Amino acid sequence: MSAIKNGLDRRKFLKTGVVGATGLIVGFYLPGKREVFAAGAQPANMNAFIQVSPDDVVTVIVSKSEMGQGVATSLPMLVAEELECDWRKIRFEFAPAARVYFDPAFGMQGTGGSTSIHSSWEPLRKAGATAREMLVSAAAQKWGVDASECRAENGKVVHMGSKRSATYGSLAEAASAMQPPTDVKLKDYAEYKIIGKPMKRLDVPEKVNGRAKFGIDQRRPGMLHAVVLRCPVFGGKVASFDATKAKQVRGVKDVVQISDGIAVVADNTWDAMEGRRALEVNWDFGPDADFSTETMYANFGKSLDSEKGYSAKKVGDAASALNSAATKIEAEYRAPYEAHACMEPMNCTADIREGEGADLWVPTQFQTPSQAAAAKIAGVSPDKVNVHTTFLGGGFGRRGWSDFVNEACEVSKAMKAPVQVTWSREDDMQHDYYRPASLVRFSAGLDADGKPVAFSAHIACDSIMRWFYGPGFVKNGYDDSSVEGIADIPYDFPNIAVDYNLVAGPVPQGFWRSVGASQNGFFRECFIDEVAAAAKKDPYEFRRDLLQNNARNLGVLNLVAEKAGWGKPVPAGRYRGIAVVEAFNTYVAEVAEISLDKDKNVKVHRVWVAVDLGQPVNPAIIEQQVRGGVVYGLSQGLKGEITIDKGRVMQGNFDTMEVLRMNEMPHVEVFITDSHLTPPTGMGEPAVPPVTPAVYNAIFAATGKRVRKMPYRPDELA
Amino acid sequence: MAIRFTVNGKAQSVDVNPNMPLLWVIRDTLNMTGTKFGCGMALCGACTVHINGAATRSCITPISSVEGKHVTTIEGISPDHSHPVQRAWLEVDVPQCGYCQSGQIMSAVALLNKTPNPTDAQIEDAMAGNICRCGTYQQIKEAIHKAARMKGAAKTETSELDQVPAGALAGGAE
Repeated sequence: MSAIKNGLDRRKFLKTGVVGATGLIVGFYLPGKREVFAAGAQPANMNAFIQVSPDDVVTVIVSKSEMGQGVATSLPMLVAEELECDWRKIRFEFAPAARVYFDPAFGMQGTGGSTSIHSSWEPLRKAGATAREMLVSAAAQKWGVDASECRAENGKVVHMGSKRSATYGSLAEAASAMQPPTDVKLKDYAEYKIIGKPMKRLDVPEKVNGRAKFGIDQRRPGMLHAVVLRCPVFGGKVASFDATKAKQVRGVKDVVQISDGIAVVADNTWDAMEGRRALEVNWDFGPDADFSTETMYANFGKSLDSEKGYSAKKVGDAASALNSAATKIEAEYRAPYEAHACMEPMNCTADIREGEGADLWVPTQFQTPSQAAAAKIAGVSPDKVNVHTTFLGGGFGRRGWSDFVNEACEVSKAMKAPVQVTWSREDDMQHDYYRPASLVRFSAGLDADGKPVAFSAHIACDSIMRWFYGPGFVKNGYDDSSVEGIADIPYDFPNIAVDYNLVAGPVPQGFWRSVGASQNGFFRECFIDEVAAAAKKDPYEFRRDLLQNNARNLGVLNLVAEKAGWGKPVPAGRYRGIAVVEAFNTYVAEVAEISLDKDKNVKVHRVWVAVDLGQPVNPAIIEQQVRGGVVYGLSQGLKGEITIDKGRVMQGNFDTMEVLRMNEMPHVEVFITDSHLTPPTGMGEPAVPPVTPAVYNAIFAATGKRVRKMPYRPDELA
Repeated sequence: MAIRFTVNGKAQSVDVNPNMPLLWVIRDTLNMTGTKFGCGMALCGACTVHINGAATRSCITPISSVEGKHVTTIEGISPDHSHPVQRAWLEVDVPQCGYCQSGQIMSAVALLNKTPNPTDAQIEDAMAGNICRCGTYQQIKEAIHKAARMKGAAKTETSELDQVPAGALAGGAE
């Protein structure tokens, strides 16, 4: 049933009696009636985001996935600021999948690209202000006074003349019948009480006592557990299989073939895993059974040798300027595939009722494709699929895909029961959508005075968009995510050329925290350091001089240099490097301080980070995200990588794909610019790109040697 | 054959594959989902519980080896966030995604039981087995120091065992 789709007006809908049991709400969203916002409902319905219950609890419906980045706190803050409610009475609930929650940035409901705060900034504050005005109108009507004589404060409406007051809870029913105002005025920066304050995270209490429910924690009546055996070689498939022994394993209920491989279904996860170990499968490895990391880099090199590719950026004539330059600097950089390695391995719980409907309990970043996937398998329209978004035990881009949803739905359909598909760590690491490996060749030219005259970059890598949307999506061999971080170079070179060769391979590619900037920011900021050294300039001053027309990059660069005391003496044996990268319209500069032991192992002691993300919403969460970005960045810069041999991933767990641990954590200090005149942008990803180049530039400062590939290995300094 | 042990002071008896790791018994048989699966190889620490007071990776601990023992999970630390480590975690706002935090807290509690006032180096040493991909390490360190300062942080594991009802294990060691 869709009340809105059926054309019922809101008043009539409230009279249907659905509301009686739950208390009154402002807006249309009703607990336990998730189908209200079926696909097809009107977009931009701001009251889909707030409910006020008789006990004064204000529940903000969070349409973004909480994967640690803090949306379950920061989005309610936007509502609460304008609603003038009591922050202690604020709760959050994750939204169902529905058109009203589509993010205009994606054309679907989803979380990614550090967009949540930016895209919610206006609508959620307007929703709060609208609800506030409706509550004020309700109180004014109740008291027979003019609304202009009433004021909303701290969860109450107060009549200023008579000092009468009424709580939001007591006004909610009447308020829900008020005509929503067509236009509301939003607060000025100086009036903020919540925005810009380090409000405590709303999700923390349940995350310190084991009660927070992630996808993997879902338990449904009659639920079965399944694991899937997938072909280890990319592009391979099942030729034949024998489930006889697997079916004899204690607890195994059934073995079913699905699109991705063979699923073993059991009473519990362990029995399913034991059953999987007993499976006998003959694989058809397909055409890429000999593919390796070396093949891929060779393909990249061959492509760069022979083809020009797509011109991603062209200013002046870089080729001519390079030919006539007094000094020419050239370097080749490479970055490996990276796995996301979310702490919660991929999983999904599905209850497919063929031809009737479906329920998904899923830690997903993208609800709309998850819903569509289940609908297709259940043979129903998407509005018959209820998507229950759980907490996500990390996302980092991995959970934008629906492969794990498809698996759970196919197995549930076959078993005619709710099924939870759980991936092992090895499944997760070996069947990821990896951060693209990439090879880039740089050239830069200086004139006789050491002044930069040209910059060129020629990039080879596969395309994320080709994998996400299909090959047809990529026009002229161009994918912006392959070049971001280089094509948007902020430095004032009079001649710039950035070209891109899309080199397709069999290894699935995906969005990895900070996407293209995760490798391109590294490449560019290390190479710029090389150019600075060739120009015999201090790396900070060189950047500063080339950023005079780029205020926000310059601002964070200067701030981090000031806070770190750049240029001042550092402790003996310590060395520093600097880098600045903009990602998703958030500007981040970082200084890293390192030391090297006698075996050339790098220890990162301190990192200073300056960020400009416009108006900060929650500085405490921003700091968390910065530290998290530094850790994620250092993991790729110093620790693990994904390599391919014989068409398959060589790593399987945290022993072979290492990540940063507590004993390797530098002390991170965060400085946020006061930029309230600019609407906020995100912080989930942008701290990742600058940290590795800052560390590598510090290695150069320490040794005079350049390291041009990730991850760092001490033998490169031998 | 039934295997008997206690979880958070409550007697449990399960009839499962004796090789099944304690982790899956806790999560799938007893449906206590606070303890997490992260790697299955004792590499990440997400599954950390206490067995007779010692921090243990439940993902590689066969249930047969738990016979007659006392298991404490995150749910057993305190029902109401009152344990100093939980209070410190709340004050510092440690968790981000939160998935690894049960294991982090169980490791931190065990550390503080043994070392009431740990140095940075001792914290790093004790916590290096617990991976956090969100990167909450700096906050964890701060929270452990805070918990150490809180009165009662040095509460010993013995007091957890004291809470086990008399006779809960009667007949447990068959």
